[in-house]
Amino acid sequence: MLKTTKMFALAATAALALGATAGIAVAADLTIASWGGSYQAAQSKAIFQPVAKKLGITIKEESYGGISDVRLQVKAGAVTLDIIDTGSGGGARGGVEGILEPLDYKMIDVSNFVDGTHLPACVGTITFSTVAAYNTDTYKDGGPKTWADFFDTKKFPGKRAYRSKYHGALEPALMADGVPKSEVYKVLDSKEGIDRAINKIRSIKDDIAVWWKSGAQHAQLMKDGEVDMTTGWNGRFDVAIKDGAKTAYNYNDALLDYDCFGIPKGAPNKELAMKFLAEASKPEYQANMPQYITYGPTDKKAYELGIIDDAVAKTLPSHPHNAETQLVVDNGWYAKWEKYASEKYQEMLTE
Amino acid sequence: MSVADILHPGAAAAGDAAPNADGLKADAALERMKLFGLCSPALLLVVVTMVLPVVWLFYLSFLSDEGTFSLEHYERLTASKAYARIFWTTFKVSILTTIICVAIGYPLAYFLAQLPKRAAALCMITVLLPFWTSLLVRTYAWLVLLQRKGLVNTWAIELGLWDEPIKIVHNLNGTLIGMVHIMLPFLVLPVYGSMKAIDTDFVKAASNLGASPVKAFWKVFFPLSLPGLFAGALIVFVLCLGFFVTPAVLGGGRVIMVSMSITDTIELFFNWGAASALGVVLLVMTLGTLFLASRLLNLDKILGGGGGGGGH
Repeated sequence: MLKTTKMFALAATAALALGATAGIAVAADLTIASWGGSYQAAQSKAIFQPVAKKLGITIKEESYGGISDVRLQVKAGAVTLDIIDTGSGGGARGGVEGILEPLDYKMIDVSNFVDGTHLPACVGTITFSTVAAYNTDTYKDGGPKTWADFFDTKKFPGKRAYRSKYHGALEPALMADGVPKSEVYKVLDSKEGIDRAINKIRSIKDDIAVWWKSGAQHAQLMKDGEVDMTTGWNGRFDVAIKDGAKTAYNYNDALLDYDCFGIPKGAPNKELAMKFLAEASKPEYQANMPQYITYGPTDKKAYELGIIDDAVAKTLPSHPHNAETQLVVDNGWYAKWEKYASEKYQEMLTE
Repeated sequence: MSVADILHPGAAAAGDAAPNADGLKADAALERMKLFGLCSPALLLVVVTMVLPVVWLFYLSFLSDEGTFSLEHYERLTASKAYARIFWTTFKVSILTTIICVAIGYPLAYFLAQLPKRAAALCMITVLLPFWTSLLVRTYAWLVLLQRKGLVNTWAIELGLWDEPIKIVHNLNGTLIGMVHIMLPFLVLPVYGSMKAIDTDFVKAASNLGASPVKAFWKVFFPLSLPGLFAGALIVFVLCLGFFVTPAVLGGGRVIMVSMSITDTIELFFNWGAASALGVVLLVMTLGTLFLASRLLNLDKILGGGGGGGGH
């Protein structure tokens, strides 16, 4: 007993010494779940802690496994999470399924957001891009600049890696097939359009050495020189390049995607969570993120506050200069076509 | 000898007296009850951890998204060609792995069984050593060795064995190499065990009666080692069917096995019913294969004869 008390006192002192704002014995006012790792560490420093301080509340941070965890909690009627960070696809689906609360956009200001980066039940917080990266050693005179180049195995011979899921895989194929960025989701909105995209991928299947499953994997593939070019997420390539990988990419016709915050249906502190999101979605917090991790804000105004270093700003996915050349991922399309697209994609993969 | 006899040697002796027969019968029944009581915790564990989940899986696979009875998950499996191919890949990879394991493992076990005790123990440790390393670590180690700019390709090109990097990993070959490496001990152990149990006098007797060493091996030693071989091959085959990590890492996304398809179904679509249907089909096909194998190979006799085969 004494031992416990002593340890507790020690822990409390340590927490105080570190300047932690959250009291240890007191239950937190809000529970926030995100993806853990360096991403959540960045969020904590850039957004969660400063917002909690501003509102004068205590928060508890957890890491979790994504929207399926929310579904389990909601279905079991035992919701413990007040705010969650999810990919835009999960946010869209959560809203449609009704396991995320509709957000009050009278409280949350999204007027300066990049178009299409907020959903009825999920408000964008960071942006990332699906880009084509290439090995700068293999292509010394310049690598593929467009999706057409990526799919041109004569002009750019070499092994490729491509995503093992249809997510972010069909749009590049259509653009390579000559569909302009603005028409992509219009063309994809039919079985013929999806088949056309998949056929385009099928045409270079022999040159695709690896179908990647995770961001860590495609970064490693480039670092090891296992493939000469791959699709993938810009942040991962940035880390690989910092680590010495001979890799480059550009934002030309890249796919702009985002992560967003939502509130699970039946969250214990819904009102406070909404207030928290209204504050956390302000550009001054979003602008803190790039100090810790190379993801861009969803609020364009974040670039005008002078918080983000100029050199860094130019490399971020949502920088106005980069955003204008990209296609924003349309989650409505994913919700509508996931079954057909994923099945056809799997058929192509298993042939 | 029955169990009751072992537990009550005195009672068996008294059994000669006919008047006690009923009492003995009751006694034996009681013993059986007690023994059942002893193993019931284990039985309960098997029911709770094995049988119930399988029943639950079965139940889920017949539920539609709305919670009503439906065959939609099974219809989905037949509608797309991909699933038939995935099941085919699963069985192909498992069968190939088993065959390669037998081809490598049987001679290895034979060699081990011939060695003096101390040397055999030492060699056994090297066979078992990989067991102490995480499966994930071993799988990634193969990736590092076999990839385009990995050790094998770099050294082979340096030595002039081949000019261009050859594709050893991110395909079926890589998957098989990784899986055989992981599965080999599962085959070697039972085979070695059954070989050690074979009385060497049998082989000597065969030679004595004029059989050549080759003939003595095939006619006497090999049949006696079959129970271990079948047990090992069966373990390898069944474990392979459910493999996930190795084909996922070394297959480069083109070797898609059922377990991977099940994760996708849950991660991407949160569809427990569809994933359960995949599990049920795999289970049924596995049981079917085992049943066929037992019929064709007369497995009961071979495995059942294992105790006698040892000759002890």
